[in-house]
Amino acid sequence: MEIDPFIFRLSIFILSIFIGYYVVWSVTPSLHTPLMSVTNAISSVIIVGAIIAGLAGKSTSIFNTSSIYGFLAIFLAAINIFGGFLVTQRMLAMYKKKKKDK
Amino acid sequence: MFSANLSAIFYLISGVLFILALRGLSSPETSRQGNLFGIIGMVIAITVTFISIGNFSNGFIYVLIFLLAGGFVGAFIAYKIPMTAMPELVAGFHSLVGLAAVFVALSAFLNPEAFNLGTPGNIKIGSLVEMSIGAVVGAITFSGSIIAFLKLQGIMSGAPITFKGQHPLNALILVSIIILTYLLCSTQSSNLFWMLLTISFLIGFLLIIPIGGADMPVVISMLNSYSGWAAAGIGFTLENTALIITGALVGSSGAILSYIMCKGMNRSFFNVILGGFGATDQSTDSSSKEQRPVKSGNADDAAFLMKNASSVIIVPGYGMAVAQAQHALREMVDTLKKNDIKVSYAIHPVAGRMPGHMNVLLAEANVPYDEVFELEEINNDFANADVAFVIGANDVTNPVAKTDPQSPIYGMPVLDVEKCKSVLFVKRSLSPGYAGIDNDLFYKENTLMLFADAKKMTEDITKNL
Repeated sequence: MEIDPFIFRLSIFILSIFIGYYVVWSVTPSLHTPLMSVTNAISSVIIVGAIIAGLAGKSTSIFNTSSIYGFLAIFLAAINIFGGFLVTQRMLAMYKKKKKDK
Repeated sequence: MFSANLSAIFYLISGVLFILALRGLSSPETSRQGNLFGIIGMVIAITVTFISIGNFSNGFIYVLIFLLAGGFVGAFIAYKIPMTAMPELVAGFHSLVGLAAVFVALSAFLNPEAFNLGTPGNIKIGSLVEMSIGAVVGAITFSGSIIAFLKLQGIMSGAPITFKGQHPLNALILVSIIILTYLLCSTQSSNLFWMLLTISFLIGFLLIIPIGGADMPVVISMLNSYSGWAAAGIGFTLENTALIITGALVGSSGAILSYIMCKGMNRSFFNVILGGFGATDQSTDSSSKEQRPVKSGNADDAAFLMKNASSVIIVPGYGMAVAQAQHALREMVDTLKKNDIKVSYAIHPVAGRMPGHMNVLLAEANVPYDEVFELEEINNDFANADVAFVIGANDVTNPVAKTDPQSPIYGMPVLDVEKCKSVLFVKRSLSPGYAGIDNDLFYKENTLMLFADAKKMTEDITKNL
C-alpha cells in the first residue's frame, strides 16, 4: 500500500520541531531579541502562498475576492520580510567585541 | 516552468538555509552570516514560486507592486525604529504574520483550485482541517499581538484586565472553535468559516488582556510561537516544505523562549497565561508595613563611592529603556574605566519587556558584548564587587525571593545584588515593582537610594567623577 504524502510532510514537520528545539537552545541569550525578529522574517515565507493566491486570478479579472486577499497577504508578508531581516541586520551590526588594543 | 519535484527541492534548500540562519545566532560573530543565509533562503523561495507558476500575465505586475510597496514600508520601519521600541515592533510584526496567514487561508478557501485542493464547496477534508488550523491560529496571533502592541506602546494600560467568568468564557470559545471546525468540514459553508475567524479574533483578544505589562516577555515569545504554528498550518495546506520547516522552527523557538522567560520568573506557563498577576495582594502589603528608614543620596555621593571602588557591576532593567539611559550609562562606564575600575553588566533573563531586550540596548550604546553577563555567569561575582549600580531594575534584585516563602516572587532566581559592599539604586520613587511587593534591598544598611530619572542621574554622576 502506498503511503499518503501527508505522512511525509508530517515527518518533516516533526523532525523540524526537533531541529528547532536543539538549534534554539544553542542561541546565546544575548541574541534572543534578534532571534525573535529573524524568526519573524522567516515565518513570512508564507508569502509563497500569498503569491500563488494573487496570481490565481484570470487575465480578465485579476482582482477577484480570492486574489485580493492574496495581494493583501503579499503586502503584509513583504513588510515583515524586509522589516524583519533589515532590523535584524541593524541589531546584529551593533554587537561588538571589546577592542583588543587596550 | 519548473516541475513540481524540482521546486520542492528548492523549497527544501530554502528551509535548510532558514535552519542555518537560526544556527548562526549561537554567537554574535556568526550571526550576521546567519542572517544572510536567511535572506538567501527567502529569495530562493520567492523566485521558485514565481517560476513554478509561470504565469507572467498582468497579475504579475500587481504582485510586484504589492511586494515592493510592502518591502518599502518594512525597510522604512526597520531603519527608523528606535532600539527601545523593539518589543512593540516585534509584536507588530507578529500581528502581520498572523493576518497574512488568515488571508492566505481565506483565499485558499474561496479559490481552492489555485492550490490544487479541490473545488469550492468540495475541498479535501484534510486540507480544510489544515487551513482552519492555520486560519484560527493566525487570527489568534493577530488580535493577541495587537493587544500586546497596544500594551507595550502604552496606548492601553499595562495593568491586567480581569472580569468574572473570564476563564469559563475562554474555555467556551475554545470548545466552540473545535465544534465549528468540525461543522465546517462537514458542510463547507463559507459562513461557518467567517464565524470561525471571528471567534478566533475574539479569543486572541481575550487571552492577552488579562496579562500584565511585565509578563510581556512571555506573551511576546508565546505569540512568536503561535505565528510559527500558523505558518506551519498553511504550509500543510499548500504542501510546501519550506513553510512547514519554517513553521516548526519558529513554533519551537517561541515555545523555548516562553519557557526560558517563565523559568526566569519561577512561574508556570499556565500561571502567566491565566493572568491577573500583581493585582491581588497589593493592598494588604502596603498597609501592614510601617515606613522603614532608607538612606538616600545624590550624584556626588554615588560618584564618591564608585571612584573608590575597584569593581562595579551594573544591573540594568526596564527603567533604563524607559529613560533611554543606555548611552549616558556607557559614558559613565567609560569614565570609570579610565580610572582603572573594572565594570561588568549583569542581565536577568526577564529584564525588560522581551527576551534579550537589555542586551540590544547595551549593544546600541556600544557596550562590548563580552562585558555583558547572564545571571548564572555573574551571580557569584557580586560578593567580590565593591559597588552594584542598579538602574531601572527592581523585582529581579529583591532578596525576598530567597528569604520569604510567603512572597509571591519566592523562588524566582534573583541577582545577589545585596552581597556587594555597597548598592546604588537609581529609582524615581520607593514604589514597588510590578509584582506589587516591597523590595527589601531599599532598606539594607549598605544601600544608597538615588531618587531621580535614570538618565539624568547617570549624567550627573559622570560629571562628578
